[in-house]
Amino acid sequence: MNLASARTSALRFVGALAVGLLLFGVFVAAIGKSPFEVYATIFEGGFASSFAWQNTLLRAAPLVLTGLAVAIPAQAGLMVIGAEGALVLGGLATAALAAHLPGPALVVQLLALVAGVTSGGVWLGLTGWLRARRGLNETICSLLLSYIAIAIFNHLVEGALRDPASLNKPSTVPINDALMIGNLPGADVHWGLAIGVVCAVLAQIVLSRTTWGFALRVTGGNTRVAKMAGLSVTALLVAACAAGGAAAGLAGGIEVMAVHGAANASLIAGYGYAGILVAFLARQQPLACVPVAVLLGGIAAAGSLLQRRLDLPDATTLVLQGTLFLCILAADSFPARRFGLRRKVPAESTVAAASTISSLAPEPAAAPVAVTPPRHDVARPVASPTLVQPAA
Amino acid sequence: MDTNRRHILQALSAAGAATAVGVPLDLRAAAPLTVGVLYVGPRDDFGYNQAQAQAAAAMKKLPNVKVIEEEKVPETVAVQKSMEAMINQDKAALIFATSFGYFDPHMLKIAEKYPKVRFEHCGGLWTSGKHPLNTGSYFGYIDGAQYVAGVVAGGMSKTKKLGFIAAKPIPQVLRNINAFTMGARSVDPSITTRVIFTGDWSLPVKEAEATNSLVDQGVDVVTCHVDGPKVVIETAEKRGIMSSGYHASQAALAPKGYLTGAEWDWSTPYKQLIGGAMDDKPMVNFLRGGLAEGFVKMSAYGPSVTAAARKPADEALAQLKAGKFVIFKGPLKDNKGGTMIAAGTALEMTNIELEKMNYLVEGVIGTIPS
Repeated sequence: MNLASARTSALRFVGALAVGLLLFGVFVAAIGKSPFEVYATIFEGGFASSFAWQNTLLRAAPLVLTGLAVAIPAQAGLMVIGAEGALVLGGLATAALAAHLPGPALVVQLLALVAGVTSGGVWLGLTGWLRARRGLNETICSLLLSYIAIAIFNHLVEGALRDPASLNKPSTVPINDALMIGNLPGADVHWGLAIGVVCAVLAQIVLSRTTWGFALRVTGGNTRVAKMAGLSVTALLVAACAAGGAAAGLAGGIEVMAVHGAANASLIAGYGYAGILVAFLARQQPLACVPVAVLLGGIAAAGSLLQRRLDLPDATTLVLQGTLFLCILAADSFPARRFGLRRKVPAESTVAAASTISSLAPEPAAAPVAVTPPRHDVARPVASPTLVQPAA
Repeated sequence: MDTNRRHILQALSAAGAATAVGVPLDLRAAAPLTVGVLYVGPRDDFGYNQAQAQAAAAMKKLPNVKVIEEEKVPETVAVQKSMEAMINQDKAALIFATSFGYFDPHMLKIAEKYPKVRFEHCGGLWTSGKHPLNTGSYFGYIDGAQYVAGVVAGGMSKTKKLGFIAAKPIPQVLRNINAFTMGARSVDPSITTRVIFTGDWSLPVKEAEATNSLVDQGVDVVTCHVDGPKVVIETAEKRGIMSSGYHASQAALAPKGYLTGAEWDWSTPYKQLIGGAMDDKPMVNFLRGGLAEGFVKMSAYGPSVTAAARKPADEALAQLKAGKFVIFKGPLKDNKGGTMIAAGTALEMTNIELEKMNYLVEGVIGTIPS
């Protein structure tokens, strides 16, 4: 992403927000409320005060990481939607370890989070492996694995790992207060937000500035080309999924250590699924997951005030969210030049180059490939070239 | 000068009036009382949340009380921030956190931060010395109502097979299954209850499947303990069997087969707790009640309930209301033949031992997944 295209994206984003808010205003007027009062309430609830901002940021914290859980595999051309499962397993591993491990607080905290990262990584890594080696559709596969993860989570929390004292709400043994992750200095937002932002920055750098990141994106553009270029596609696909799962597992671990203090059913709150939305709105760009997560957090905070002030049902928030997001996604296809957003065709990044290669790819299964890949390495005759890299 | 003096006089008299009734100035100015209510699900779920929302709606009619509500608040930082926002943005002085999972750590954390605000939680076990004094828990002994519903079901069942669709095998749920079964077996000891655990509080598809499966097994009265009984009651009606409701009245969903139901009446504790807050009385930290106290009630009998079925139910209800009847007393066997309560022991509904129930009584067909 160069500067010009970043500017175009930002302008499109803001324009889409404005159109979305306008449409929502029409909807609000149709149900007999004043749109201006609603706008004022949204602003007050999500962004108008330091309390509102902290409210927004705290709600956004887990969404940055679950957004990454979708965005990173997407860079490798995989549409993985099972972050929820990786998140709950990560949370469970963190809770189980943190409650029983002796040692200095910082060491235990780190090890517990590493356990969360690892479990999440292994879980989604499994999706990558099944995709690369057995040809399973990764979208369905990760979703089904997510259901299995939640079932395993419930089984352990209500069984082997249950704290006998948790009567009506089966939970794991609570973590010592001293081990809980605290707040950022001077704010009522826990460190999870900072960790999420750091992860997003790191992911962006790795993907756009390293050879490995380039290899991943080439694989995302076209698997066959990647193979012909001698890339280890299986390893790349597994690694991309594992990295995504690690982010989700970390989100689960942070939820346990910064919010819940134990693993229980409250952890299954849908953050993993919300991450799909975050990643799509962020055009699968890791760094863009941060502002999108903040937007989502703000909508949640604003929705909370809309309910209380104007007696609007919770569904109103969903309408607002849906309207905004459809506008943002639709803005993608807007011809930029007509609106003076772009002066000339900018030099596209390597991502576009990868897409170009993909569009030049031969017909599936028709042309014999010069380098015959080992049989077990290709699951389907040829990986579908429809998995085109999303535009930068 | 003149206006100045008038202002001073006004201020003085206002201060005098405030101190006269023993209320600090800042609270006096904060009237009316703003009450915040948070629900984990939709307010119109025909179940748990609706029962709470009905009470909140009744509270809106009280003089000098302003009720603000928020539905579908998950048990995450979202509920912490929503509670804080109610306090900061809407000046709420009393919070009703109605979902079980809101208590620990969410409500406890916010309560410590805002010691002047009262926090009331539905269902939690408030413990003296462990939990902040500005928090409290309220709950109802609904097993009494389930017992009476069981008596009605027992009187109406022809196949002698009852069905119970339950979310999770936790003490509160087991207590209801057992009370319902014991009520039915007080009419006819040959009656059995088949129980199916769905595994979670809101799984409409599984709940419908479970209902169908129970009907196929010959069950002719079904009841449940899930967040929203809507699907269970509707499926039962569609399949032509009878049903007994839970949480709120589902009579409208099953005009033919609805017998009765065990309902919450949260307006009783709500009224009491709001009154306490308005008069600035010390918090009641642990508030419980059953049929006698008006915390729970029965749905009105459905049209199909015969006089013969009503009679023993009315008697049981009267006895429970008068406090003359103990449901869980020895000798009580579980469905594996073990003695759970020895002969001569009676556990009153307030007994804390019952909050740890981990067995299914004789007559229940089903097992608790370990």
